[in-house]
Amino acid sequence: MKAPRTTIQRKLVLAIMLTSTTALVLTGAVLVAREASSLPQLVERELTTRAGILAANSTAALAFQNPDDAVQILAALRTDPSVVAAALYDENGELFATYPKDVAPSIVPKKFGGAAHRIESAHMVVRQPVLEGTRLLGSLYLKSDLRELDERVRTHALVVLCAVLGSAGVAFALSTWLQRKIARPVRLLAEAAQAVSERKDYSIRAQAVSDDELGILAESFNEMLAEIEKRDIALRGSEGRLRQLNTELEQRVAARTSELESTNRELEAFSYSVSHDLRAPLRSIDGFSKALLEDCGDGLGEVGARHLERVRQSARQMGLLIDDLLNLARLSRTEMRRERVDLAAVGEEVMASLTQAQPERRVEFVVTGDATTDGDPSLLRVVLDNLLRNAWKFTSKHPTARIELGQSGNNGRKVFFVGDDGAGFDMAHASLLFAPFQRLHRQSDFEGTGLGLAMVQRIIQRHGGRLWAESAVESGAKFYFTLWEARP
Amino acid sequence: MTNKVILLAEDNANDEELTLRALRKHKVSNEVVVVRDGQEALDYLFRAGPHAARGATQTPQLVLLDINLPKINGLEVLKRIRADQRTRTLPVVILTSSAEERDRFTAYDNFANSYIRKPVDFDQFTEAVRELGLYWLVLNEPPPATRPKTAI
Repeated sequence: MKAPRTTIQRKLVLAIMLTSTTALVLTGAVLVAREASSLPQLVERELTTRAGILAANSTAALAFQNPDDAVQILAALRTDPSVVAAALYDENGELFATYPKDVAPSIVPKKFGGAAHRIESAHMVVRQPVLEGTRLLGSLYLKSDLRELDERVRTHALVVLCAVLGSAGVAFALSTWLQRKIARPVRLLAEAAQAVSERKDYSIRAQAVSDDELGILAESFNEMLAEIEKRDIALRGSEGRLRQLNTELEQRVAARTSELESTNRELEAFSYSVSHDLRAPLRSIDGFSKALLEDCGDGLGEVGARHLERVRQSARQMGLLIDDLLNLARLSRTEMRRERVDLAAVGEEVMASLTQAQPERRVEFVVTGDATTDGDPSLLRVVLDNLLRNAWKFTSKHPTARIELGQSGNNGRKVFFVGDDGAGFDMAHASLLFAPFQRLHRQSDFEGTGLGLAMVQRIIQRHGGRLWAESAVESGAKFYFTLWEARP
Repeated sequence: MTNKVILLAEDNANDEELTLRALRKHKVSNEVVVVRDGQEALDYLFRAGPHAARGATQTPQLVLLDINLPKINGLEVLKRIRADQRTRTLPVVILTSSAEERDRFTAYDNFANSYIRKPVDFDQFTEAVRELGLYWLVLNEPPPATRPKTAI
């Protein structure tokens, strides 16, 4: 989280100061304006009062035509420095006495006349009649300097300005203190949020320091954190459990793998010993039976020779069984490759070798459909070798035969088949077809070990496919298989 | 053909007799020396132990070697034959019951000349021995006894 461009404290102080300063300045301005507008009236009233008193005092001097007394009375104005000049006029309006005594003639008019009050170029002038009862004795003229008035207004403005500045200072101090009260919870909340986001530690709590909306916000924030913490703990817990389960699973897989490996090794050792040790005695049985026939054939007679031939045949049959068993065992152990295989080409090769072994047979071989697929070339060869060899074998009792290898599409999935028109089998026994050592025909009719189809089944399974058959006695048999049904 | 000695390393007495019988049947008149374990085979080849006194003319022209031999395994015997300068080029035919890929691989990996699996069927076995004798003792030209000067 980056630092904010401006702080909420600064904003709060700014808002408070702007508001209070505006209010203070406006108030001050109103006060000063009011003072400036009311002062002239006040001065005029004062001057009028003073003029009234002077006029009352001057009646005797005017009635007795005594200018010295009049000068004496006017001299009392000395106490007020704002009065610049004063003059008394007789009943005819002629100048009678002045203040100061030798005032410049331009300052006071020679003859009395004009409005009662007026402001004349920075001076206020008051004219007052001097009366005794209702008889007019003369007039009084008073001239006051207004500069003192300006001075008073300026002083007043200065005081107001000082008050405004002082208030602003106090407002600043107050706002600084207040903003701390408001901004502190916000700052604490922001710090807590930042700490949580940086450390991913959901046990952090914001300090709730106010009882207002910010307090509620902090409380809600804490509740939210508590909820997150709860879920975080639950998540960690399930993660831990998951890891533990995973470890257990791995251990079990490892244990199972090592078990399998050891079983595999045992099986290999077993196969090896079967391959070596079971075949050697068989070879002796067959070999010495032959030797017996050759060396002592005459003594055995026809029956003895026939018995010995049976012994030899059994030994050879067992040899074949051992070979097939070993092949079946090897199937599960060899690693599988996955390549493009043309089953038609493989089928042609198998058929060629069968024809070569029995060239007298009349068998028609037909390939239909696209028989290419993916799989282990040598394993698929074993499949076709067994199926075609079976077809070849079970058609051997018929004068002519037809063997077909093909592919029929089925919902976009390839279904391969090998069919013949030979002896076939009863579908009632179809379930035994792929079981090891299970045979549906007598050994005297058709030779075999009963392991060929078991081997085919095993290979098809390793290719993720299915194997099934359709047949009827003496109407031939058709073996179907698919590959890679489980995996694409 | 009479000068050439065949060394047969075979511990099974029955197999030994059947092999000899098959050879005789096809008029292979070569002298066949039979050894019963791997150690004896090596002793004979390298004129050691009880065979130290054998004559130079008794040096075999062909070895028929079983794999399952007591004391020293047939494949190990093959390894030592190939490791020794004197027997490096000696034709060795593995004659065994085993059809294990592992054995076949190890045999060829150690430069066996042939690998024959003994069939259970004695007729087939006889035929195999006949072809074997014909090929290695008649058709095949063995390497010269000494290294020619111009050999690379």
